Amino acid sequence: MRSACAGRRMGFEFAMKGEAVMENKNNQTGKQRAIEEYSKLVERLAPKSDMAQGLWRAFITGGAICVLGQIITDFFAYGLKWGMQSAATATSICLIFLSALLTGLGVYDRIGKYAGAGSIVPITGFANSVVAPAMEFRREGLVMGVGAKMFTLAGPVLVYGIGSSILVGLICFFWG
Amino acid sequence: MLDMIFMYIKAFVVGGILCAIGQILILKTQLTSSRILVGYVTAGVILGALGLYKPLIDFAGAGATVPLTGFGYSLAHGAMEAIETDGILGAFTGGVTAAAGGIAAAVFFGYLAAILFKPKMKS
Amino acid sequence: MDVSKRIGRQTVALPSKPGILSWASVAGQKEKEGPYGSKFDIIIPDELNGEQSFEAAERAMLEQAVKLSAQKAGRSTQELQMLLSGDLLNQIISAGFAARNLGIPFYGLYGACSTMSESLSLGGMLADGGFADTLACATCSHFCTAERQYRAPLELGNQRTPTAQWTVTGAGAVLVCGGPAAKGAQAVLTHTTCGRVIDLGITDQNNMGAAMAPAAADTIAVHLRDMGRSFDDYDLVATGDLGHLGKDLLIELLKKKGISVQEKKLFDCGCEIFDARQDTHAGGSGCGCAASMLCAHLLPEVSSGRLKRILFMATGALLSPTTTMQGESVPGVAHAVVIEHVEG
Repeated sequence: MRSACAGRRMGFEFAMKGEAVMENKNNQTGKQRAIEEYSKLVERLAPKSDMAQGLWRAFITGGAICVLGQIITDFFAYGLKWGMQSAATATSICLIFLSALLTGLGVYDRIGKYAGAGSIVPITGFANSVVAPAMEFRREGLVMGVGAKMFTLAGPVLVYGIGSSILVGLICFFWG
Repeated sequence: MLDMIFMYIKAFVVGGILCAIGQILILKTQLTSSRILVGYVTAGVILGALGLYKPLIDFAGAGATVPLTGFGYSLAHGAMEAIETDGILGAFTGGVTAAAGGIAAAVFFGYLAAILFKPKMKS
Repeated sequence: MDVSKRIGRQTVALPSKPGILSWASVAGQKEKEGPYGSKFDIIIPDELNGEQSFEAAERAMLEQAVKLSAQKAGRSTQELQMLLSGDLLNQIISAGFAARNLGIPFYGLYGACSTMSESLSLGGMLADGGFADTLACATCSHFCTAERQYRAPLELGNQRTPTAQWTVTGAGAVLVCGGPAAKGAQAVLTHTTCGRVIDLGITDQNNMGAAMAPAAADTIAVHLRDMGRSFDDYDLVATGDLGHLGKDLLIELLKKKGISVQEKKLFDCGCEIFDARQDTHAGGSGCGCAASMLCAHLLPEVSSGRLKRILFMATGALLSPTTTMQGESVPGVAHAVVIEHVEG
């Protein structure tokens, strides 16, 4: 098919000369080498993230969220005398409420842009990953939109968290 | 009073360090936020089961409970406590019971936010 | 059958030189704040563009662009014989739904961000072949629809990587005419080069520039070789949305292929549409990037004669969230068209 047209295609022979090696001989290894070379080139030219700045921002934002958590915990534990267990639960609920509110107001994504992991790792980040898709898919309906998409990001957290805790419970029960 | 201030400093530093580790993971491995969260919660479960996370909570308070490793810890801790009272059933009920407040709040407030707010263009 | 229109391996000549009669661009608010902000024909008031959803806003932009391009040429949309269009969304819903409202006979295309030059290539061939004498080539993209399909919900608090690009909210439509209908056109299509799909193993979906640069380099190299031309023969070689990293990579790859690159003649729409102050990281991307810049800047320049001959090549990354999750690398494609100035 190709050779039938070859005569009529100007420049065809030139094309073959240039790429004959690439295409015919050692096709696989040639491709592999090209991929490796290219990945080195990309690595060399790609802009780098600022590690020091990123770490600092994550550290101070994450630290601040934890201090806020400590203040809320102290309020419930010592102010209202709810006991440590209840105070911890109440703290989670309060932080999740705050995160949902800030996500709804369009503030949390800006905090996230600044802080990176500093606002992902705390429980507020978990809440953000529940609220953001729920809002995003509101237009796809209340059941298959909000209801189903709410856990596209946070679902895996529950799957692995709950799954591994059951495993831990079972291990403790049989071998503990 | 001084104790309290010291507690806040400890919470800040420990919480900050846990987040900074997450930032290193993001920058070095290009993990998405979902994967970071899964990693943290699972790490919390494992550390909790091995009894290594409780000392950190005693030391840093919210600095250890607010990061998602604390969520993992409460799942593991709940499951391990519940088998003492409920036997094997506790392995299934304990973890979720302990974390129920957080999960329920996320579902509830997430739903409310979806009804009340509209997503906006990023700046 | 006469095959004399083929030149070399991938290039096709359009001997009748189909005319580009008119064009129209639509862009969003962030694009308006960019260096070319004043050149877009229509700026949409906000990201919803008066619609109920981002998807509806996107297809409304496409409709606006097609209607305005027809209007500029003094035609009604009913006179357009074909609409060649596509977009980034699943099942190219922007193009399909816009075509439903426009009522123009419609061929849906998918070339990811390469759609603008893909549609121009096909449109040029159809007009040259006499299969249509007035047709519209159009495409669009929207930041908010692309984010939710390819990446994350808008309100998710995550950081964009340094190589990430910002999907342009914009649309462009070009009216291509053949035969007598092309009378008065001051820009014409003379050749097209159909690109091959090239994949050099980039798996990072936040690095589209690196994924597309090899395809861009391949198409430019093949085009120059097929035509026996060099950078000297063009006033500008415009690429679609390689971004800053992609453009650097393109230069390196072309040099490796032994092509003498005149860097000041390389114009990447993705690098130009936003400025550094706008914090888009590696630049703009999306079908609307090349389309809106072609219609807002490049075509006026060619038509006025400030640029005599350009190579316009939009580049596309042929990925989907499914292939990304399955760990596949990202193939790229680039189609090139030669646009020349003629005295109308």
